[in-house]
Formats: sequence, C-alpha cells, structure tokens
Amino acid sequence: MLIACLKLLASFKALGGDFLIQINNLYKSYNNEKILKNINISIKKGEIYGLIGQSGAGKSTLLRCVNGLEKFDSGNISINETSLLSISEMDLRVFRKKIGMIFQDFALLNRRNVMENISLPMECWKYTKSEIKEKTEYLLNLVGLSNKRNSMPSELSGGQKQRVAIARALSLSPEILLCDEATSALDPNTTDSILRLLSDINKELGITVIVVTHEMTVIKNICDRVAVISKGEIIDEDTVENIFLKESAAIDDLVGKKIIAAPENHKIIKLAIRNADINKNFIWELSAINNTKFSVVSANIEQFKDSSFGHIFISVHNDEINSALKYCMSRNIEHTLIDSN
Amino acid sequence: MFISFSETRLFEYLPQIILPALFATLRMLFFSMILAIIIGSIIAIILIITSPYGLRPSKRIYRILDFSINMIRSFPVIILIVAIAPLTRAIVGTSVGEKAAIVPLTIAAFPVIARYMEASMLEVNKNVILAAKSFGASDSQIIFKVLFSEALPSIVAGLTTTTILFLASTTLAGAVGAGGLGAVALTYGYQRFDDVIMYAIVIILFVMVLIIQGIGELVYRKVKK
Repeated sequence: MLIACLKLLASFKALGGDFLIQINNLYKSYNNEKILKNINISIKKGEIYGLIGQSGAGKSTLLRCVNGLEKFDSGNISINETSLLSISEMDLRVFRKKIGMIFQDFALLNRRNVMENISLPMECWKYTKSEIKEKTEYLLNLVGLSNKRNSMPSELSGGQKQRVAIARALSLSPEILLCDEATSALDPNTTDSILRLLSDINKELGITVIVVTHEMTVIKNICDRVAVISKGEIIDEDTVENIFLKESAAIDDLVGKKIIAAPENHKIIKLAIRNADINKNFIWELSAINNTKFSVVSANIEQFKDSSFGHIFISVHNDEINSALKYCMSRNIEHTLIDSN
Repeated sequence: MFISFSETRLFEYLPQIILPALFATLRMLFFSMILAIIIGSIIAIILIITSPYGLRPSKRIYRILDFSINMIRSFPVIILIVAIAPLTRAIVGTSVGEKAAIVPLTIAAFPVIARYMEASMLEVNKNVILAAKSFGASDSQIIFKVLFSEALPSIVAGLTTTTILFLASTTLAGAVGAGGLGAVALTYGYQRFDDVIMYAIVIILFVMVLIIQGIGELVYRKVKK
C-alpha cells in the first residue's frame, strides 16, 4: 500500500517535472468583477508560449500574476515546483530575479543612458562594478546596440528602446521572460526584428518565453503553443498548428471569419494542409488520381515559426462532391464541407 | 515725475540698512527653503508610498497627511506667522526677528513642496515602476533610483516656483517684525513717503526673482539631459 502511494507520488512528481510553470484553477477578481476565471496552463521549459486575446481579456493580468506583481484570489501558480503562495514578500524579490519582463511602452528610465538602463537591475542587486561592466557589454552585443551604449532613450527608435528593455530584462540571467504586448507599439518590420531577437534568445539561452499579445503575427512567428483568452477565460489551448487549422470560433473572433461563396451547383471544401503533409501533393492526387474537377478558390499556406501550414479552399460541382469527400477521407486529409448556399 | 530723487535717503541707507536687509532676506529664504525641502521630501515620500496607487497603500496615513497639508496650505502666510507665534517661541525662544520668521516660513513652505514632489513622482510612468518591481528592486530602490530620480527635473521646476513664491512671503514676514527687505520697504519707504526706497527694493526683489529663475532653469537643463 505504502509502496503504491510512493509510486503514485513519484509519478506526480515526474509529471510536474516536465513543466516549468504550472497555473492551476486560478481566479482573480477586482471590484467584484471577475478578471480571471479558472485558468489552467502548463508551460514547458524552453517553450515560447503565447497568450492571445482582445484588450481587456485579462491576459496582461494573468502575466503579472506569474511574477507576483498581481495577487490572485484562489488557485495556484508554481514555478520550478515552487508555489508562489509559499513565498514570503521578502523572498518574492529574490524569486523575481529569475523572471524578466518587458512592456509595450518599453518602461525605460529617461534619465539614464542605454548602459545605465541595462545595469540598473544589477545595481539593485549589488553586483560588483566589473561584473556589471562585463554583463552589460555582453548584453549590448546580444541585442546589437554596442554603438548606442551612451545614447539616451529619447535618442532611440522604438525598436532600439525595446532592445534595451530586453537587455535589461536579461541582465539578471532569468529563466523566464515575460513579454507584455512587447511589439504592439512597433511597425511590422521592427516587430519582425524584435520577434527574431526573442526567438534567438529562446534558442541560444534556453529561456522560456511567455508572450501576451493581440497580434496574430506574433503567435505565428515565434510561438510553440498558444492559449486564447476571452473575458478572463481560456477558451482554447493547443499547438499553434492545431489552433490555426481548427479555425475555432475563438480564432475567428480575433482575425475575422473567412467567408467564401460557392458558385451555383458547387460546394466548397476546406482542406487543412499540415506541415507534415505539405509535400504530399494532395491537390494533384485529387485531380490526377481521383479525377475530380475543381477550382482552387482560395489558398493560404503560411510560414510559421519553423513550419508551414494552412488551408486550401476548393470549389467542387455537386455531382462530384461525394467522390471528392470520399477521397479526402481515404487519404486522411482533414476537410470540412462548407455549405454556404 | 511722481518720484522725487531730491529728497530720497536711498543712497544714505543703501550700505547701512538695505544691504544688511538683503542678506537677512536671503538668510531667511535659504534656511526656510532648506528645512522645507527636507521636511517636504519626507512627507512627499510618505504620501507616494501610502497613496492608493502607491507601493504600500495605507488609506489612514495618506488621509491624515493629505488633510493636514490641505489645512496648512489654506492659511495665508501672514496669518500663519501670527497664529503659530507660541510654537515659534517654543522652538527658537522668540517670536520676532529673522530666526523666528524661519519657523512659520518653513511650516508654510513644506506642504507646498511636498505636493509638488508628490505630483512630480506621480507622473512617472507606472510601467517603469512595474519593471523595477519585476527585477526585484526594493521599495527604497524604487523610490530613490526610479521615482525620485526620474521626477528630478520636474521637482527642480517645482522648487524654483516655490522659492520665488516664498521670496515674496519673506517680505511679508517683514511686516510682522522679521526684518529683511520687506520691512525696509514698508518702514523706510512706504511709511516715510520715500517712494524711491520702496521702488528700489521692488527692483532688488525683481532681480532676485530673475536670478532664482535663472539658476532653476540652469539646474533643470542640467538634470533633464
């Protein structure tokens, strides 16, 4: 009996060990308004995890709960198997060294230059002068701002400011980086370069990244898994590929539903093309082997973090629709019949 | 010409009376401002910490301080000088003269300075404070390295305005026995119908205002970067 119990305990431990951050049954309300409802998320070490939702959905609040900037009413958050509830106010400061954070408005100190901004956390933790100098040099190189070391924040562009903020967030060598709408104030090109930097940091330093955003491009470009938050609840959570190919109502809400009208006597079939299937010539097979006549009315195979996938919409005459559907079934192509008429 | 230069005793009084009065005014202003800045900073920091959006919100402490500051600020300086005469006597042993004037001037000035500082620090970007918390800065580090440091240019501008405001108040203190330029303008100028002396002192005060403003702007530019 005892051995069985121990075994069970050990298996729980192993299960927990896979995840760096675990959020269980988290609730939070503010002025009687429920901001977070029953949040359950597990994030693996080294992962880039996205939280997407419209503004006011509670995603930033959730992010701030992770490093204890916001308190929660019930539930638990544990990081590296240490529960946030068990940490005293004093230890919380030490605990936060392991979690860097960046913001939409960069949150730099206007009266300190680039180097002084980056070294502020190290000053606060009483690093020696030489340690600070060495680390600052390294970080300036990492974010590509060596030539701007003495510039004031007011002399920098938005992208450069965010690079300084990233360097500052990394100065205490954290295990986790929290990004609160980090690219929302930047133009598309700058957004891409910041996302590339975050992705490089994730790969090279093995830092787990959580990004909060309302922009689909952020999720597409860097995330491994994503949770969709709406009105304080997680309404969907999956790998980026699954979330996109499912085209759940949650995603439709965010990006807008694609409406394709079928020509007369035709129906539209939506084919989900997964990254693994991208070279399988499904479209050719359907026409050459199955002899189906169809036209492609819309196709959007997109480049994601390190894969490509998307949908192809074909329009098929009513007489051939059954044969086409049967073929899709036989080849295990995920498909949906859109009966738009 | 409504001012007659033939009967004025300005040049006779200039070295004997006006110059010492100028130094008296400067001493009163200097010491009352220094004391008010020290007390005002402490109060401002307590206000910032205990405010509803502060680092350690405490409704009770904040309300008491807020109420007291508003109460002191509602006193006209000249009334305050008279009203707290017993307190002044308890602190410096007398309620007349230069030293005695420093007490009411300090008491009148520190709430103004505290409010200016509080307002300046409240304007520091909230996310900068969150960022500082996120890397584990302590409350005192947040106050001094972030809030105070970031708000410094705005605080300097506020202090310049306050100093000029209280230069006027030191002359007011002259009316109730503190000496200084105000007393000279009143007794040697106004009451003896020597308009030249009166306006000469106005000009001296005007130059002092320009100098204080100039220094204030210089320091502002220095700390603004």
